[in-house]
Amino acid sequence: MRYVEEFRDPVAAKSILAAIEKVVDEIGATAEKPVYIMEICGGHTHAIFRYGLDRLTPAGLEFIHGPGCPVCVLPMSRIDECVEIAERPEVIFTTFGDAMRVPGSRKSLLQAKADGADIRMVYSPLDALEIARRTPDREVVFFGLGFETTTPSTALSIQQAARENLANFTVFCNHITVPPPIKVLLDDPSMVLDGFVGPGHVSMVIGTHPYDFIAADYGKPIVVAGFEPLDLLQSVLMVLEQIRDGRAEVENQYARVVPEEGNSVSLAAIADVYEPRPRFEWRGLGEIDASGLRIRDAYQSFDAEIRFKVGYGAGERSVQEPEGCACGQVMTGRVKPHQCPHYGTTCTPEMPLGALMVSSEGACAAYYQYGAMEAAE
Amino acid sequence: MCLGIPGQIVEITDASRLLAMADVSGVRREVNIACVLEGEPESLVGCWTLIHVGFAMSLIDEEEAAKTLEALRSLGEAQETLEAMAQGDAALEASR
Repeated sequence: MRYVEEFRDPVAAKSILAAIEKVVDEIGATAEKPVYIMEICGGHTHAIFRYGLDRLTPAGLEFIHGPGCPVCVLPMSRIDECVEIAERPEVIFTTFGDAMRVPGSRKSLLQAKADGADIRMVYSPLDALEIARRTPDREVVFFGLGFETTTPSTALSIQQAARENLANFTVFCNHITVPPPIKVLLDDPSMVLDGFVGPGHVSMVIGTHPYDFIAADYGKPIVVAGFEPLDLLQSVLMVLEQIRDGRAEVENQYARVVPEEGNSVSLAAIADVYEPRPRFEWRGLGEIDASGLRIRDAYQSFDAEIRFKVGYGAGERSVQEPEGCACGQVMTGRVKPHQCPHYGTTCTPEMPLGALMVSSEGACAAYYQYGAMEAAE
Repeated sequence: MCLGIPGQIVEITDASRLLAMADVSGVRREVNIACVLEGEPESLVGCWTLIHVGFAMSLIDEEEAAKTLEALRSLGEAQETLEAMAQGDAALEASR
């Protein structure tokens, strides 16, 4: 109960926790035979550890931390391509700060910056656009990264750049989508998953219908959740109640922010600027069909892959991940972070070897930061 | 990186580019309002929105804004976002 006093409403938290315990009992789940619930969003992973929800909930409930952190699932090859672009003398490379420490096979963006590349951390693609306006003699590249929450912002920025005929602005597009990797996990016969907590802010953009297949085709419940501890606990309870009642539905706990149909402006911008790539590589999960987005031909003058001749179609890309790195197995729930041979020794948040240690939303970093290793043993 | 932070729209700064000034925990930051615009931009002044990487993504009510900010502060996300905004400002300064 270490963190329970931090809840804004401890009474409500306790009553939801009691209800969770009761439903876990009714399902007959135990520590030996638990119910497995995957939270897809890295923000949820971070919140679960920050508030100690994994310790507050009963032993018959186990969280599996899914592939929902875009920084964590970036393969090394894409970082290598970022570095390759950023090291060109004419380039100003702009990126969200989260991506700076992700290891590449040669170096991270942080190391490339230290070595002299002009790499600037921005808060928004709007900052990158403004840098492009101010420095017309340089090539300004924005590292477009993230799930559907972030995708509209780069789409709208590219549309704006097109309206202004900005000739020195391109996006290195690494946007990825949530549903395809979930399908891959559900198709994997070795995965044991009983239900999902769905990503709140991704759903704010895409709505709840893209998850219909989880309930309809796979018979698994999913509840879209907000980010407060009470949101998460209530969503877990809703998933458990579906399991107990033999239901599989898409429910929306976060209806105050998430419209069922999503955000029409965002969806229109995404559809206008991007199209699915035939395949895209995910760290730890391999290549997944139609899981990444590329910039449509109509906007190809804003595509850094075309301007700098990198990325898919530019030759052999595969890069070996570090030997023994268990990021992929952690993301699919096969091992816990502390069971990786590198965990806490050759891989720490200060010197990450694998991607799950880079961002606070990665399961390994969350384990490390909140000392979950001891709790797990 | 996928969490939004609440901010209040205080002024429309460039209607043609759909840009507005938002107050995010006392820090002013220009944001794009395309995703929340229904009607005239001016009608958004005073509204609370969930802002993600410089884009107002959703309208929220004031109570929700307060609750979300509190949760983000607990997670350290609010501070991270404000630092990211400062980094963005610094990157722009370097381009003057």
